[in-house]
Amino acid sequence: MSWKILLGVWMTVVIILSLSLPMSTHPQYWYELPTIPGLEEKARIMFFHVPTAWLAAVAFVLSMAYGIRYLRKKNASDDVKSASAAGLGLLFCILATVTGAIWARFSWGTFWNWDPRQTSIFVLLLIYGAYFALRSAVEIEEKRAALSAVYSIIAAVTMPFFMFIMPRILASLHPDPILNVQGKVHMNSTMLVLFLASLAGFTGLFFWMWNLHVRTTNIETQQPQ
Amino acid sequence: MGYDRNIAKASLWQASVAIFLKDWKSELRTRYAISALVMFVVTTISIILFALGSEGASVSALSGMLWVAVFFAAMSGLSRTFVAEEERGTSMTLQLVASPTAVLFGKLMFNLVLVVCLNAFVVLLYSAFISEFVIRTYSIFVVTVLLGSIGFAAAATIIAAIIARANTKGTLYPVLAFPILLPLLLTVINGTRLATEGAFFEEALGEFNILVSYIVAVVAVSYILFDYIWKD
Repeated sequence: MSWKILLGVWMTVVIILSLSLPMSTHPQYWYELPTIPGLEEKARIMFFHVPTAWLAAVAFVLSMAYGIRYLRKKNASDDVKSASAAGLGLLFCILATVTGAIWARFSWGTFWNWDPRQTSIFVLLLIYGAYFALRSAVEIEEKRAALSAVYSIIAAVTMPFFMFIMPRILASLHPDPILNVQGKVHMNSTMLVLFLASLAGFTGLFFWMWNLHVRTTNIETQQPQ
Repeated sequence: MGYDRNIAKASLWQASVAIFLKDWKSELRTRYAISALVMFVVTTISIILFALGSEGASVSALSGMLWVAVFFAAMSGLSRTFVAEEERGTSMTLQLVASPTAVLFGKLMFNLVLVVCLNAFVVLLYSAFISEFVIRTYSIFVVTVLLGSIGFAAAATIIAAIIARANTKGTLYPVLAFPILLPLLLTVINGTRLATEGAFFEEALGEFNILVSYIVAVVAVSYILFDYIWKD
């Protein structure tokens, strides 16, 4: 129980700080965030957008890992974990797409311009969508678990190709949050600590939601009719 | 019991070819997949022609549309090999007489033949009716279409095996196949564009590398995972 309260306090503090700390071009005090040229106040989105995008990817890997575990051991509980991770991954993927599109509207002037990052998150959305379309189309539980695990593995194998293909089509305008092209850190230590704290908070939130979702699904399926 | 004695003795290659020939014969009897493919290609290309009207489109847009026609035609016909087994109720028998690997590679060969014919047909119609579509570097175009066909067949076969086990087969196929095929589609569209722009063969080597690695990855993962899809 205590760690849930801790997580709540942690997230509240992170959200308040990331929205309220002042920005200046030459930070002198520990509480000042640096102004990143071209981003200015819009840089604050990275405290929320980057963790959601990170979790969308982590959830996909977790879903696939538990899918592989299911194929090897045939435990129904692994399939529940895999599907729950995918469900939360879809949620975080939508959040990352929407926050990214809103940010793009004010930085690039348009919600959507098929930037490589936007294309890859769009493909991730498509994969999650296809995964759940497949799950709803198979009634036998063992078959559903095996087929969706296989599909997520195939998707995970073809996904890395975008890293080689997209740069050939369009150069990305997406800012790199921690390292820029010259390999230089834009953030000062306050910003970095706040960013990592947000990342840790969101990750904690994800694992808590995942745990809850797995437990409720288990109760639902074990309930006598 | 186990596998049929004659097929069990046969090598993987012979067994795959036997499955391919079986599918080919039954396809020639019903002509289901072939007619679906042909009609889809004719429909898609006539829609493109109507949409263009008398106005010409840019060559890069035309090379994209070429693969749109291929994608939707493939989505109408390539699931047939596995779906037909489920509909006829013959998948159980096939599980008894042949090893899963032979089934996978037999069906892959069948789909490969279909995709190569499909692509040849699309390119034929395209160059006959759309005069703006001129290939300047034939070597790039031929290699792109060939590698693209193999990649298409590989991804389409494993997805067809998955959807054959689901309830809503027809609508599910493009939904599942699109995210998997997208890297391939983007690369072949790029390759076709290079061929129409008259690029040197060396300039397209990057595209060919991606296509070859895509084929290797998809075939390898299909080979490893097919057992889990195929066995009940």
